[in-house]
Amino acid sequence: MGRSWASAAGPSTGSTTAGWDHGWQANNSPDRLTRPLIRRDGELVETDWDTAMDAVAGRAKELLDERGPSSIAFYTTGQLFLEEYYTLGLIAHGGIGTNHVDGNTRLCTATAAAALKETFASDGQPGSYTDVDHADVIVLYGHNMAETQTVLWSRVLDRLAGPNPPQVICVDPRETPVARAATVHLAPWPGTNVMLMNALLHEIIGNGWVDRGYVDAHTVGFDELAKRVQDYPPEVAAEVCDVPVEQIREAARIIGQAQRLLSTVLQGFYQSHQATAAAVQVNNINVVRGMLGKPGCGILQMNGQPTAQNTREAGADGDLPAFRNWSNDSHIQDLARVWNVDPMDIPHYSPPTHIMQQLRYIEEGSIRFFYVTATNPAVSLPELTRIRSLLSQERLFLVVQDLFLTETAQLADVVLPAATWGEKTGTFTNVDRTVHLSEKAVDPPGEARPDLDIVIDFAHRLDLRDKDGAPLVKWSDPEGAFEGWKECSKGRPCDYSGLSYDKLRGRSGIQWPVTDEHPDGTEHIYVDGQFWAQPDYCESYGRDLVTGAPLDETEYRALNPTGRAVLKAAEYLPPHELIGVDFPFQLITGRTLYHFHTRTKTARAPQLQAAAPEVWVEMSASDAADRGWSEGDLLAVTTPRGRVEAKLRISGIRPGVLFLPFHYGYWDQPAGHEPDGHGRAANELTLTDWDPCSKQPIFKTAAANATRLAPGDGPAAAPTTTGSRPVAGDVPPTRGGAAAEAVEELATGGAR
Amino acid sequence: MKLGLAIEELHRSENHLARVLLAVSDRHKADHEVFYVARDIAGWSQRHVTELARIGADFGVDLDPEPEGEPGILEKLQQATSDLLGRRPEPGLLLLAGLRHVHREAAGVSLDWELLAQAAQGARKRELLGLAERCHPDTLRQMRWANAKLKESATQALVS
Repeated sequence: MGRSWASAAGPSTGSTTAGWDHGWQANNSPDRLTRPLIRRDGELVETDWDTAMDAVAGRAKELLDERGPSSIAFYTTGQLFLEEYYTLGLIAHGGIGTNHVDGNTRLCTATAAAALKETFASDGQPGSYTDVDHADVIVLYGHNMAETQTVLWSRVLDRLAGPNPPQVICVDPRETPVARAATVHLAPWPGTNVMLMNALLHEIIGNGWVDRGYVDAHTVGFDELAKRVQDYPPEVAAEVCDVPVEQIREAARIIGQAQRLLSTVLQGFYQSHQATAAAVQVNNINVVRGMLGKPGCGILQMNGQPTAQNTREAGADGDLPAFRNWSNDSHIQDLARVWNVDPMDIPHYSPPTHIMQQLRYIEEGSIRFFYVTATNPAVSLPELTRIRSLLSQERLFLVVQDLFLTETAQLADVVLPAATWGEKTGTFTNVDRTVHLSEKAVDPPGEARPDLDIVIDFAHRLDLRDKDGAPLVKWSDPEGAFEGWKECSKGRPCDYSGLSYDKLRGRSGIQWPVTDEHPDGTEHIYVDGQFWAQPDYCESYGRDLVTGAPLDETEYRALNPTGRAVLKAAEYLPPHELIGVDFPFQLITGRTLYHFHTRTKTARAPQLQAAAPEVWVEMSASDAADRGWSEGDLLAVTTPRGRVEAKLRISGIRPGVLFLPFHYGYWDQPAGHEPDGHGRAANELTLTDWDPCSKQPIFKTAAANATRLAPGDGPAAAPTTTGSRPVAGDVPPTRGGAAAEAVEELATGGAR
Repeated sequence: MKLGLAIEELHRSENHLARVLLAVSDRHKADHEVFYVARDIAGWSQRHVTELARIGADFGVDLDPEPEGEPGILEKLQQATSDLLGRRPEPGLLLLAGLRHVHREAAGVSLDWELLAQAAQGARKRELLGLAERCHPDTLRQMRWANAKLKESATQALVS
């Protein structure tokens, strides 16, 4: 029995997943790391904290002396607390002075931030979860909400089962639970999202479903957008996307005639070809329709992890804290004032180095120290043969701070055991800007320590100081860090200055900005077309959607002098890896309801592991029939980069496309961190390519082949309750069993 | 009128720019963003070549609408070498040189478009002016890309 997280967090919570109902069990797993490990004679052995931290700080110091700050890189996560990200960013940017800081949010939410920066010149979510309660049309673009944000999806299901249900439009090549609930389901060929979006805009603008008053008063760029989409009539898109033309028209009509339009976007766009360009067109639809800043009218450019929003706000994704603009000198000076350092000490000569570029520098040998917190690149990044070989280099000093001995940790020089939620205190913020306080309830196991304590220890051992010689990091506990962050965020879009731990203890969940003026937070930003896009204030001047080249201040001032929303048009480009005779399928990867990231925790929750114990590959019924293959047959899926063996699940996926879940690595396999014989990690197959604007790697357009190795001895072990639902009826249903049943005690009494 | 000459010159310089972009792409296959983006935007120059050949007929010049320089054996070899040399630091410096070259060539093409647009305006050739107005922004984007990529790559290549 478990108590539901959702009831504790209140109605504003929407992004927790079913994993929470069972995932807590992993925190208590006997596999938890309880002592630091250090590599001696090629083996990781237990050691004490002093030895481990001296080795880490010692190697960093050596490299700083020999090769300077550009030899040091940090790669963090969307799983820590705000206080930890802010402190890490301060240490890396303000103390060490490296530009090489990123989070694994690069894989999940980088395009969300990039798309918002393109349209509104600043990050910050122009929607609220409450919009689900009011919208009459909800469009989910590449967003399988039923498996990624189950609580939010319950809210949609409540609407669908109630009076005046909204119409739902789903864009997804798979027949997901969202697709099954949709009025219109568009299943485009992977990599053609911009083509589809331009066709929708072609119809919306062509039919005059535009709020001209709003466009004239609050936007720039409409004429160029209107001109661009003229080249994309639905007939052309129908051909390229392989979607019936009537469906495109029908979807455009529903969107164009919506009274309260909510658009949500996730990995089907973010991890696909032309990611930012496609996500920006979603913004464009809401903007030309004037559907922003009102109940039911919003955009949710989603996140994939619980605290990814904080990674973005606090600057642990490489951006400067509190949405400061790295190419605006006055923002750098202001940050230097808050940190009490010289502005020259904060690297701002170019955009922050994203993870894929960090890896390139690791490859050529200019980055020699790589500090990874709470993520698992040896399974989650594309083209794993390359990743493993880069991370195993002798000349690279790899530090991994985590709860478990992940595949990446097995390659490390030093492994630092960290505490998890419930064992430490800190704040976390939802995708709709709702801030929560999560307090410590139990001690971490063994010698494991909170991430905040570890990074502060690292800073002290490096003797990082401000310009007056005082210690750079001026706090020693989460509340101190939060107070520091309040000062840093004051006056910026994500203003936390009106919050405190005491206030968050009194009331769970307050939406930023929270200021003296708005002490109870802000449900909707961008009310009445007021944006944060003024040239002196904005976070970003934008980028070219095809080349990724940043605009400079002069160009931006000329384009948008008064800080309106920017309507940015984009041309469609074909995907970089096209199918052919040798590789006739498009391969997409994705998640399933029951697992998270690389199964580090979810595989250690028995019910979740039982629901999805092994990798599978999905194919459409027609593709399987053409080849005479059946449910459960063992297939080899190959690309020019690798090979994965998996059992076939014949699902509702569109023809021509294969789907592999990306969760399965090797920590519970014989070789530990790499394939032993045949591979099972989807990223053995993916290609190294990323969106030039958001730098998000592409996981959803790789050309692949499939061959049958052996007929099946039973169905694939894929869940039947999700996007992997079988089309044939003879597969036993996924059930949790008695151990998975939960009883929720409601505050009003009684149980359900 | 020497409009035909201007079109011919631009046809040549766009062909050249496309080849330069493809060469930078081939030499830096291990720098994945450079590899892909340089190919994507080489496509713009190739499209301009085709459009210039089409409009050239109206001005008495006979130009090949097919862009030159699709990658052959040599380019494939360069890609393979680029992968093999991926672990060495020198490609960083070569990349800076390559981007500098792209910027210079694109700047030349940009000036050629300016010339053509001025001439088209003077001669009241609407269709030709329209072509220049459509294509020239692509050239400026190619230049900005080379500039931005150079700025972004310079620090690590020179300081580390």
